[in-house]
Amino acid sequence: MGEVIVVTSGKGGVGKTTTTANVGTGLAMLGKKVVLIDTDIGLRNLDVVMGLENRIVYNLVDVIEGNCRIRNALIKDKRYPNLYLLPSAQTRDKNSVSPEQMKKLADELREEFDYILMDCPAGIEQGFKNAIAGADRALVVTTPEVSAVRDADRIIGLLEANDVSQIHLVVNRIRMDMVKRGDMMSSEDVCEILAIDLIGVVPDDENIVIATNQGEPLVGSDSLAGRAYMNICSRIEGEDVPFLDLNEKNGIFSKLFGKRKK
Amino acid sequence: MGLLDFFKKKGSGNIAKDRLKLVLVSDRANCSPEIMEQIKNDIIAVISKYIEIDQEGLDIKITQMESESNNGVVPALFANIPIKDLKSSKK
Repeated sequence: MGEVIVVTSGKGGVGKTTTTANVGTGLAMLGKKVVLIDTDIGLRNLDVVMGLENRIVYNLVDVIEGNCRIRNALIKDKRYPNLYLLPSAQTRDKNSVSPEQMKKLADELREEFDYILMDCPAGIEQGFKNAIAGADRALVVTTPEVSAVRDADRIIGLLEANDVSQIHLVVNRIRMDMVKRGDMMSSEDVCEILAIDLIGVVPDDENIVIATNQGEPLVGSDSLAGRAYMNICSRIEGEDVPFLDLNEKNGIFSKLFGKRKK
Repeated sequence: MGLLDFFKKKGSGNIAKDRLKLVLVSDRANCSPEIMEQIKNDIIAVISKYIEIDQEGLDIKITQMESESNNGVVPALFANIPIKDLKSSKK
């Protein structure tokens, strides 16, 4: 039986879709059968981040409404044969789908996949309720900013109220230079405030922008962010992986000798 | 170390952390501004029976404080009530 994981944040623009794409791809690289579901109806994005936007025929709403079978709507990833995407509908609204329908869909997919990742829309309305309906586990993504952390706290409360038992924190876009000089909350600070378990710390890395531009998740690459995402995948798999030393790229030595590491 | 402490104290990261802790206490208490206003008015009404207080200067907020038993940090209703005329209270 597969596990349903919802990637959520409350606030928009903190990296839910990027996290879904990279964690999903990373789990597929670890040999798991994975399906990514874009639940942001009307604002479809996971397809472009995955670089699969040209292959869409059917979408989530088509599946829910019975216009096609699930297997017809699933897009096979071009890199990993055990990775699939169920894209969202672009021309419909969030009320086209109900939480009960999403739960039913998730339960059907559990039979065939090891992991079902739900990319949740921003906000706490219908789209959020749809995305968390069938979830066993939640990855709450936040950045070290007051607005994002506040929204994450609200989301955690709602997840707990909806009986999502495992809630884990991903602190995204950490800038160690700013943390060092005291101008940014550290991942420990954010974790202390939100009082949930930390599962990943992802540095602010320009490689993310480059990867997204190309429609290629960067998980598994040698970049710090790529390694951070891979570590999240290992932790989801139950491995006890130490957190990365995010300072290493800022040192003079690694700048001088950084290339050699590869 | 002293220098590092100095910078840590001044850093905006710590300001963010402190502000968040405060705002989350009232968020989590699920106390709307309307309810806070009602509590404030009720407090004014009760205390005014005995002491003349500065109603404009009255300030209440939900914050955190160290528990006296060892439960750690607990939410607390903090009220700052300036007294205008203490003499009338002796009556």
